[in-house]
Amino acid sequence: MKLSDNVKNTLLGPLSKNNPVAVQVLGICSALAVTVELKPAIVMGLSVTIIVALANVVISLLRNTIPSNIRIIVQLVVVAALVTIVSETLKAFAYDISLQLSVYIGLIITNCILMGRLEAFAMGNKPGAAFLDGIGNGIGYAIILIIVAFFRELLGAGKLFGFQVIPQWCYDHGYVNNGLMVMPAMAMILVACIIWVHRSVDKDLQEK
Amino acid sequence: MAENETKKGLNKNSNIYIIVYTIVIVAIVALLLSITSGALKERQDKNIELDKKKQILSSLPAINLVGADAEQLYNETIKDYVLLDENGNTVTTGVDFNYKVADNELPMYIAEIDGKTKYIIPLNGAGLWGAIWGYIAFNEDKNTVYGVYFSHAGETPGLGAKIADKEFQQQFEGKQVMKAGTFASIAVMKEGQEAEGMDKVDAISGGTITSKGVETMLKDCLGKYSAFFGSNIQEDSSEHIDAETTVDEEEINNEEETL
Repeated sequence: MKLSDNVKNTLLGPLSKNNPVAVQVLGICSALAVTVELKPAIVMGLSVTIIVALANVVISLLRNTIPSNIRIIVQLVVVAALVTIVSETLKAFAYDISLQLSVYIGLIITNCILMGRLEAFAMGNKPGAAFLDGIGNGIGYAIILIIVAFFRELLGAGKLFGFQVIPQWCYDHGYVNNGLMVMPAMAMILVACIIWVHRSVDKDLQEK
Repeated sequence: MAENETKKGLNKNSNIYIIVYTIVIVAIVALLLSITSGALKERQDKNIELDKKKQILSSLPAINLVGADAEQLYNETIKDYVLLDENGNTVTTGVDFNYKVADNELPMYIAEIDGKTKYIIPLNGAGLWGAIWGYIAFNEDKNTVYGVYFSHAGETPGLGAKIADKEFQQQFEGKQVMKAGTFASIAVMKEGQEAEGMDKVDAISGGTITSKGVETMLKDCLGKYSAFFGSNIQEDSSEHIDAETTVDEEEINNEEETL
């Protein structure tokens, strides 16, 4: 019973109570960059989930052998290798997606969530738990990305997944797409709004 | 357990341990990466080749790539891949798709749309942040643009990146690169400005450097083919010589037209 509680906490905690973006405020940089449209946001969320989970497992397996002086370097090498392998695989099997993601895949290496989870969790926990932690944090990150991208694409371009959803008669009656939504600054404000709503619903999270 | 103890006995912070550890990790990672790269190379090259074929086809407005088999479409549409020399004469025909073109060779794809020949010329240039490239297709008269395709490595989204949009590219259709028997290229200029002695398209506002990059790319790349563009005029030379000797008259006529 206790074990399943643990599993629940590691896996589901990051979705809300311990969300990497909304609570730990990590991974903001990429949350600004890839959220203009829903599709890249989802692919990015998915790639980060896979890579955090795998990197967590690898680092957790190595955790007792890593010299503490160079642990950050070792973590970076593992992440960079995984990212390169994923990127090469995409190029071979999903070339169009890899063209779209171009720089973002490389940017996963610098995503703070990865280094944060490796340093805070994988270095001190068993591979199984680390794997769940990676999946949980990846999904927690993806949820925020998808919410932000939903509003940015809807209000910025009147589209969802590239399909027009705001009907033409709205434009005929003077509705205009909000150009600000396309700019990165608006993603910051949206993330702030999410944090605001999140904390007013979950009062435990409010700092005194 | 015993293993852990011996490891602890190793003193993980000693320099030797750190160096050996680093070497082992790097060697493993290098091995993994080279295996992945080697195993996937063939597929990746195929994808890159297919992507290039798609880009070439994209310069032809009559071709609809959506949901089509690009490979098959390419084989049906592109009849030949040839190399020209500086004088605009065809030197080699049936060139292999992956052939590395030398500096003094001018590559050209010959396409056929509805029984009419189109000449496709590859373009390479520089934008604001990195490389820009494209393909430009000409009609049988070797002068009028049939269609263009531009792409870029990393121009600013919403500004310079608009050179990849259909709206920008469609402006080029029907423009001519030859003016009064000489090569003039096509200008990319601010809306409202007039280019003297050459056809123009509207630049992208906010994307000035990328727009200029497109202009320079057209001038540089197409300039090498000027003999090829001229060759059509020499074929019906009588008319052309006439035109040249009566340049003054023509100019006056032109002025009247613009008035």
